Amino acid sequence: MATTKHTLVALVEDKPGVLNRMASLFRRRGFNIESIAVGHSELPHLSRMTIVVDGAGTMVEQVRKQLDKIVDVIKVSDITGDNIITRELALIKVKATSATRSEIIEIVDVFRANIVDVAADSVTIEVTGDGEKLNSLLRLLRGFGIKEISRTGQIAMARGGPGSPSVKGGFPRKQGRGEEG
Amino acid sequence: MKMTGAQILCESLVKEGVEVIFGYPGGAVLPLYDTIPHYPQLRHILVRHEQGAAHAADGYARATGKVGVCLATSGPGATNLVTGIANAYLDSSPMVAITGQVARPFIGKDAFQEIDITGITLPITKNNYLALDVASLAGIVKEAFYLARSGRPGPVLIDIPRDVFVDQAEFHYPARVDLPGYKPTFEGHPAQIKKAAKLIDEAERPLIIAGRGVVISEGYAELKQLAEKAQIPVITTLLGIGCFPESHVLSFGMLGMHGMAYANMAVNDADLIIAIGMRFDDRATAKVSAFAPHAKIIHIDIDPAEIGKNVRVDVPIVGDVKVVLKALNKLVTSAEHVDWVKCLDSWRQEHPSTEIRDSQGLLPQFVIRQIYEVTKGEAIIVTGVGQNQMWAAQHYWYNKPNSLISAGGLGTMGFELPAAMGVKVGRPDDIVWCVAGDGGFQMTIQELATIVQEKVAVKIAILNNGYLGMVRQWQELFYGKRYVATPLTCPDFVKIGEAYYLPALRVTRKEEVVPAIEQAMEHNGPFIIDFMVEPEENVYPMVPPGAAIAEILEAPKKEVTAWPRRSTP
Repeated sequence: MATTKHTLVALVEDKPGVLNRMASLFRRRGFNIESIAVGHSELPHLSRMTIVVDGAGTMVEQVRKQLDKIVDVIKVSDITGDNIITRELALIKVKATSATRSEIIEIVDVFRANIVDVAADSVTIEVTGDGEKLNSLLRLLRGFGIKEISRTGQIAMARGGPGSPSVKGGFPRKQGRGEEG
Repeated sequence: MKMTGAQILCESLVKEGVEVIFGYPGGAVLPLYDTIPHYPQLRHILVRHEQGAAHAADGYARATGKVGVCLATSGPGATNLVTGIANAYLDSSPMVAITGQVARPFIGKDAFQEIDITGITLPITKNNYLALDVASLAGIVKEAFYLARSGRPGPVLIDIPRDVFVDQAEFHYPARVDLPGYKPTFEGHPAQIKKAAKLIDEAERPLIIAGRGVVISEGYAELKQLAEKAQIPVITTLLGIGCFPESHVLSFGMLGMHGMAYANMAVNDADLIIAIGMRFDDRATAKVSAFAPHAKIIHIDIDPAEIGKNVRVDVPIVGDVKVVLKALNKLVTSAEHVDWVKCLDSWRQEHPSTEIRDSQGLLPQFVIRQIYEVTKGEAIIVTGVGQNQMWAAQHYWYNKPNSLISAGGLGTMGFELPAAMGVKVGRPDDIVWCVAGDGGFQMTIQELATIVQEKVAVKIAILNNGYLGMVRQWQELFYGKRYVATPLTCPDFVKIGEAYYLPALRVTRKEEVVPAIEQAMEHNGPFIIDFMVEPEENVYPMVPPGAAIAEILEAPKKEVTAWPRRSTP
């Protein structure tokens, strides 16, 4: 099945307002964002952000270029279609009785997920994987009655290679002339 | 030696070559105002409303190419700048806006005159800063000025808490900026330039659309060389006006909603569009899906995000207009497009677009043409938005670069007067005419006090039709002549002039026009002329909203005989 989803990876400065600036841009230009996930990168003072955009209604190249215009955004790459690893984590609280608990555990084992909490009337499952895997598990659990879901949004990375975006001399550079003297 | 934040800011402004600040004081910036007099290099001009400060800084910036600076206090002072900042953002005008903020311990407490101005201006600035540490202030100012003027210019805001002005730090002005996330591209990609040259060589009906990017990069000579070398007709956007002399044989005016019919027809027929430093605004393209249906498009712009935003582009070139054109001109072969130019010439004969009909009444177009005649085309014309803006664009002929300064992208009523003030302050030796409508003029009329106090010799032509003219025109054409909320009762602008201590004249008849303009020119100082023009005159040609660029409404052959006018109360 052809997907219209695009995965953008952005390296951004750890400064107040960066996320605000990006969110403001998405809203103002009407970009439809599926998920956004952010955390520290391997470089000091820089965060890496994974943004999933539905390309059906949004010009992904415009999203990339507009994000790149933000001064505190160092680099944005569209890594869709590249050989990439994507992961998402979800916590799922499912209704469980003594009658259904073992069946739930079986499903959890098949998905190599973990049960992280058990209560009298529920179990909480932690699952990691790509979006497809998470959705499959959710479909199976739905029959038991889902009480609560919390998902992190997708993070992504290119396989092998020099790293993405490439980092030379410790600090990535945009194309163009250097700063003024 | 340690300095206060206020001193550091002033020192930094001096280092950046700032000569003038348009500002308005208030509680949060008092420590700064107390420091400014110690820096006589910094001329402070006290406006009457902060919007005026922002527009003046914008006008100053456009007229000089330097960064314009405006200054306001926290809260309402800061929010009053917003329209002016947005205007500068849409028209890529280099500006640094400095606002005071409440002292750091009060931030986030909804303190008196506290507002989140960095939050508010997020989408209308290239970048903005909240300077929470006096030690960071000099670096922030350096970055702000660099960002404002480099690449695609634009406004940058610095918000400074009151107590940071008072705090002390060592002053070191950084020699360079380190912005890993900001590296504008100047050189166009050689392979792309080669492709563009090939398309130009192959084209039979090429057309250049030149925009404000030519003005910003000062690529006038390069543009002229390209046009002449390959004999390519040149049309401009509103903000591109003047970047190519309008008297040139290859000049075919402005395109767009109120562009020349022949310019729009050229777009429709061209087989190659070379778009230079312009961004395909909807007022320029009309219906996007019907824009340049037969043409391949080369788009040269310094902002990569403009490429492919509104129209499909065949050869994008990201870079500085002047630098790219220099490289492109070397590759383009000399060519002639005699038939194509003849074709455009014949369209111009058949659809003159800037002809002014005979009329008993006082036509606004006639007024503009007479200002052109009397000033011999040497003036800088400053306009806000509306009918007055379009008539000024159509009926004054611009042969000098950067001689029309107008609120283009945001379309701001009230830009004209404060912007004209900024222009005149920046270019004191030039003749500056502010062309205003009676509506827009009243939006920032208070700046008359500023131009009098600061002796800024702006000449003001009010095209007074007693309506919000452009809106009325749309109501006439598309809303069954229902003039809802557009008739205006105006004050007596001659008495307004008197009240502000500046000479003013009212002109009601054609034969009074030239003597009045001459009198204004002879007067050594600001001057107002209230031209009581034909109330229901429309701007033509016009491409109706939603129509394709070649669907042009031309002026109906109507003759206005009387001078119908509502009585004043």
